[in-house]
Amino acid sequence: MDLENVMNKAKKGWAELYSGKTPLILIGAATCGKSAGAAKVKEIFTEETKKRNIECNIMEVGCIGMCYAEPLICIKKSDDPLVCYGNITPEKALEIINSHLENDNPVSEYALGTIGKGTLKDIPELHETPVLKNQVRIVLNNCGIISPSEISHYFANNGYKGLIKALQQKPADIIEQVRESGLRGRGGAGFPTWKKWQICRDTKADKKFLICNADEGDPGAFMNRSLIESDPHSLIEGMIISAYAIGANTGYIYCRAEYPLALARLDLAIKQAENLNLLGDNILGSGFDFTIKVKEGAGAFVCGEETALIASIEGERGMPCPRPPFPAVKGLWGKPTIINNVETLATVSRIFQKDAKWFAQYGTDKSKGTKTFALAGEIKRTGLIEVPLGITLKTIIYDIGGGIPEDKEFKAVQTGGPSGGCVPKELLDIPVDYDSLVEAGTIMGSGGLVVMNENTCMVDVARYFIDFTQKESCGKCVPCRLGNKQLFRILDDITKGKADKKDIDMLKKLGQNIKATSLCGLGQTSPNPVLTTIRYFKNEYDAHIEKKCPAKVCKGLISFEIDPEKCTGCHICFKACPTDAIIGKPKETHLIIQEKCIQCGICYESCPDKFNAINVFSSRN
Amino acid sequence: MEKNMESVFSKFTGQRHELIQILQKIQEEFGYLSDEQIANVSEFTKVPKSKVYGVATFYEQFRFSPIGKNHIMLCRGTACHVKGAPRILDEIENQLKIKTGETTPDGEYSLEAVACIGCCALAPCIMINNEVKANLTPDEVKNLFKKN
Repeated sequence: MDLENVMNKAKKGWAELYSGKTPLILIGAATCGKSAGAAKVKEIFTEETKKRNIECNIMEVGCIGMCYAEPLICIKKSDDPLVCYGNITPEKALEIINSHLENDNPVSEYALGTIGKGTLKDIPELHETPVLKNQVRIVLNNCGIISPSEISHYFANNGYKGLIKALQQKPADIIEQVRESGLRGRGGAGFPTWKKWQICRDTKADKKFLICNADEGDPGAFMNRSLIESDPHSLIEGMIISAYAIGANTGYIYCRAEYPLALARLDLAIKQAENLNLLGDNILGSGFDFTIKVKEGAGAFVCGEETALIASIEGERGMPCPRPPFPAVKGLWGKPTIINNVETLATVSRIFQKDAKWFAQYGTDKSKGTKTFALAGEIKRTGLIEVPLGITLKTIIYDIGGGIPEDKEFKAVQTGGPSGGCVPKELLDIPVDYDSLVEAGTIMGSGGLVVMNENTCMVDVARYFIDFTQKESCGKCVPCRLGNKQLFRILDDITKGKADKKDIDMLKKLGQNIKATSLCGLGQTSPNPVLTTIRYFKNEYDAHIEKKCPAKVCKGLISFEIDPEKCTGCHICFKACPTDAIIGKPKETHLIIQEKCIQCGICYESCPDKFNAINVFSSRN
Repeated sequence: MEKNMESVFSKFTGQRHELIQILQKIQEEFGYLSDEQIANVSEFTKVPKSKVYGVATFYEQFRFSPIGKNHIMLCRGTACHVKGAPRILDEIENQLKIKTGETTPDGEYSLEAVACIGCCALAPCIMINNEVKANLTPDEVKNLFKKN
């Protein structure tokens, strides 16, 4: 069967599936959905509909991005639009089956919104709700709507049309269109994608390679995981187009071993593509050969650096090399190699499914298009979002993210992972684009946004990041290997109240030196969390020098005390204390022996909310 | 050489670039890398044993001693840190009476801290045998390890 037939059939099948004649139930089953209990929800729907003889299609889909409302399900029935339900518990599932599936009466109380044509009473259109209103979903448009295991669903949504279009053009024209689209690398530094490709294209060699970096090493980021788990073919299509443009016949996807579900869905998708000659020899009769192999990363943050990643694929320790020569000239096994991030390549497939001008209409002059972000931390609506570049941090955090839970005070947002910095409240109005973020002392990075509130200690956050980078430093160059260790020691002393004012100056000086002299991107950016927190939260550093932790986080400085007025002698904290630092008989007021206390906070956690008898102080009394 | 090792090697050609995958496969089969297995890999790939160790010790994933029946991976990602992962860790260590990187004497649990599970929207979280437990509180940790 030729591809055109397959595609037509896929379109018909899709229309039938979404016609609503047979009710369709979508279950969000990416890692976040699964961990929130999607399997149980699916079981209930499967069993109950069987018991009640309700004919329906139950389909696992990826992540629609609203992780805060997991487990998520959507129901398409009759001519009604798709209804999206959130926070599904077994009880709610039964109610939805009774009301919506059996009696055509959607449960507006649990509905987040509708998708598609038509409106329903008391349920808003999902794209008009604050979460989605400010988003432009280009790369994520299939996520949560199609089944990641069905290539036909991808076909039915313009899948591989970009590839067919691209294969009819000359590689040079493809690079020109990527230039027109203004696409910059979505993995960190934002180098223009077309320029990288052009350098590789222009280098003469018998073999070239394409590598997709799916080693999402930034703690606090999950865009790539979600995208691969929800729509793996968009990555594969982008890879084939890219490989054709640069002239590579072999591609590697370097994906984290910690993402078992993503790896499984990727393997399946590659097999499906091979079966239809979208991968392999003479792809679709174009004369172009391309195969994709998956390599599991073994857990090294430094492998996000291009030359380190190449060493890892070659089976070596993942240690970086000085550049130039850049990998686009001399990379894997000495051959010209392009390394692009998952989102960059998936975006390429979208650019060719439509066109470059359409993509370039979004974003700012120098940062075009859209970018996905993983919203996490102290924010109401966590999840995966996609916004046009140039949007303000305020819109992302307050409109899309819904602000800070329990109406606590916003303190900072961390962008770019361990290579990025913390942006304070005063800068929430800056536009999110590559250059504005650099000016603020941070970077775009791959898209992790971790929100922090008044209960977050910024010195502790700096210490946390440096602890991470000093452990992940590969050890090749001295500034990174030893400098980050020293940064960590000084920060550790500060959080324990063992430092003086001179140490803050030392942090700054050392940080700038590490940035200026390290071999690779890891060391050149690792001091950013320290330098930005000193720049914007100097008062917190000063407080620590005076042996106070205002956020009441740093164990070495804070103290716990029992309020004799509130303590009822329930004895729970007495039993929970791991160091026997609490004395008191049942039904009598208890007391913490400060000399024995290790500030673990277990007593604070164990004290029942109705008593709330344990107070935390920002310093030792 | 153990029979199982032969079956692992039969999937590879012994080329240098396969080294990490071979080590991953062995760990998947046996749970950890023993000194003898490292020697076998060295022979198979013609890479000196010291270099095999060099690669294996570089990556976080590889272990050189057996792990417990239940493998707990605590996420130390940024979102988890901000949402209280250190307290979750304290509670797990307190419950199991082991430190990170150790295994309980009865071989039931081993505890490891990993960079990020990628489940940041539902922080703090841990992974037990490839299954993610999300939105954890110290109180829930107590129930996770209750002996039946």
